[in-house]
Amino acid sequence: MQIVQRIWNWFDEVTGVSGWLIPLAKHPVPPARKSAWFYVLGSATLFVFIVQVVTGITLASAYVPSAGQAYHTLAFISSTRFGHIVRGIHAFGASAMVILIGVHAIRVYLFGAYKYPRQMGWLTGVALLFLVLGMAFTGQLLRWDQTGFWSVVVAAEQAGRTPFIGNWLGHFILAGDTVGGATLSRFFALHVFFIPALIFFFIGFHLYLVIRNGISEPPKVGNVVEPKTYRSWYKELLDREGVPFWPDAAWRDALFGLLVIATIVALAITIGPPVLGKPPDPSIIEASPRPEWYFLWYYAVLSLSPRWAENYIIILGPAILIVVLILLPLVAYKGERSPFKRPWAFGIVGFIVFMIAYFGSVGHVAPWSPRMNAPPLPVSVVGETSGPVADGARVFHDKGCEFCHKISGYGGIRGPDLTYAGDRMTPEQMETRIYSGAPNMPSYNNNITQQQLSDLLAFLSSRRRRPAAPVPLTAGTK
Amino acid sequence: MSLEVTREPESDPCEGNRRRFLSRLSILLGSIAGAVVAIPSLAFLLGLRKTPRIWRTVGKLEDFEIGSTVKVAFEDSSPLPWSGVTAQTAAWLRRVSQDQFIAFSVDCTHLGCPVRWLAGANLFMCPCHGGVYYADGTVASGPPPRPLRQYPVRVENGEVQILASPLPITT
Repeated sequence: MQIVQRIWNWFDEVTGVSGWLIPLAKHPVPPARKSAWFYVLGSATLFVFIVQVVTGITLASAYVPSAGQAYHTLAFISSTRFGHIVRGIHAFGASAMVILIGVHAIRVYLFGAYKYPRQMGWLTGVALLFLVLGMAFTGQLLRWDQTGFWSVVVAAEQAGRTPFIGNWLGHFILAGDTVGGATLSRFFALHVFFIPALIFFFIGFHLYLVIRNGISEPPKVGNVVEPKTYRSWYKELLDREGVPFWPDAAWRDALFGLLVIATIVALAITIGPPVLGKPPDPSIIEASPRPEWYFLWYYAVLSLSPRWAENYIIILGPAILIVVLILLPLVAYKGERSPFKRPWAFGIVGFIVFMIAYFGSVGHVAPWSPRMNAPPLPVSVVGETSGPVADGARVFHDKGCEFCHKISGYGGIRGPDLTYAGDRMTPEQMETRIYSGAPNMPSYNNNITQQQLSDLLAFLSSRRRRPAAPVPLTAGTK
Repeated sequence: MSLEVTREPESDPCEGNRRRFLSRLSILLGSIAGAVVAIPSLAFLLGLRKTPRIWRTVGKLEDFEIGSTVKVAFEDSSPLPWSGVTAQTAAWLRRVSQDQFIAFSVDCTHLGCPVRWLAGANLFMCPCHGGVYYADGTVASGPPPRPLRQYPVRVENGEVQILASPLPITT
């Protein structure tokens, strides 16, 4: 292929590409040996990001970010065979981004790779972490169905808790007095232009730093980071044992990257994208917005905080987290890198993973949410079709009790299970509770008639493990 | 390839002064260019569109039963033309007496989820975190920090009207 060779020679002579591209590809890296597969996570995150950009651009060719039309354009995209798959790739890719960037951050932390001279690598990584979470949040919003719509309102209300500027900030998020035409466009500009521009910048900076400072060698107990001597030691290590990145290390990146992408595509084809909820009509009141799975832990933490702490956690929580992450490489920039000599590192990571998993599962169940779709109790549970007990069961549903209290498996779990309430409480105790309420239960003082109360008490008193005690014999009878 | 940096002749302060001046001039001109673009852009982004408060009719006086609480929907004041269905706002409207109405915002004062009116229980209940309000909008239980907000409502020429207002943000 003489002509190809000549074209290439010309191109290379005027651009000098091979002069930097080939040394870059083959730059020496420390042999990772047993830890080699830990190093694929950064590149996997980058590959998935590229997948997101490609599928995102594809979606943007049909998606119209108009508050009135967006939902319909998404329905259109989902109705086509390939649009369906592209939406699926984009949705699973988003989950993959959050998982990979988290695992990558944990790997870097455990390897102590935030220490000298890679502190800026860590800091740019922290920026990327929060930018990715921002993309995840704004992306879900762009679905602009019921959940997406109410997410904006909840975000504005949370922002409203900021001291001094809260009201302005809340309305800034809404882009106006109410959710309307300007709101969605704002988030579209954020999700498609502003945040990605920042991500491109920080990825470039991050990768430049990796090349400049070199990828960290696997930590070894006793190999303490000493800033004064580290660079020359590292260079000497590369001279002695370095292997070319391409292909000796890059093949693992390629393999793992392919596995991740293949998984995402397979899930997109088999499971498909998230189902589009109802249209973003603010007058649909039967809405129960929930964040995506990767934010469920945060949702649970907020829902479980004591009332007085809520504002502080909403505003100070993320702020403190960011400060801690920024301070890490500035404070702990030297010393032992091996995680086996840093038990706190294992402890902290274990704690974080456990907390996210635990709170995530609690957020999934959301025990604090009343089950407002609970149907009236069936006859098989009530036991009667007429009389005070049956009437009381109807009161139990109509007054909203069942939304928070379970009876024989029906109802909510916000309040105590009342399946055997008759064993635990006398009617007087029940009446006291119904009239006085509790911090999480309304008082029915002026909200229940005598007849309704009497029926309800009859019903609740009938909730027992064993039949009611027989009427005591009158004194003197044998 | 290497970049060559011009060395200033050490013994010529005039050159140094000139170069210092030119550096500062370049930076100043660049800053002006940046500001001229950034200021209107930021002003547009950060400024909030002022919309007038408009009374919206939600029904005729006789459409509403005395004592019952119903959901009504009305259009925001001066919505943007492409707002579509999002130009609507919902409210819980109760006819208290012959010509007295109360209109509650549906936004829970906790974190903004839409509250539901439970007619059988005479309560508003929020599905998100279980906030409950009494019929008069005061907090019965759960996390909401303050009562349900109310929209101004009036009766004009036999029509019930609500003042389209900003979404209430709890600070």
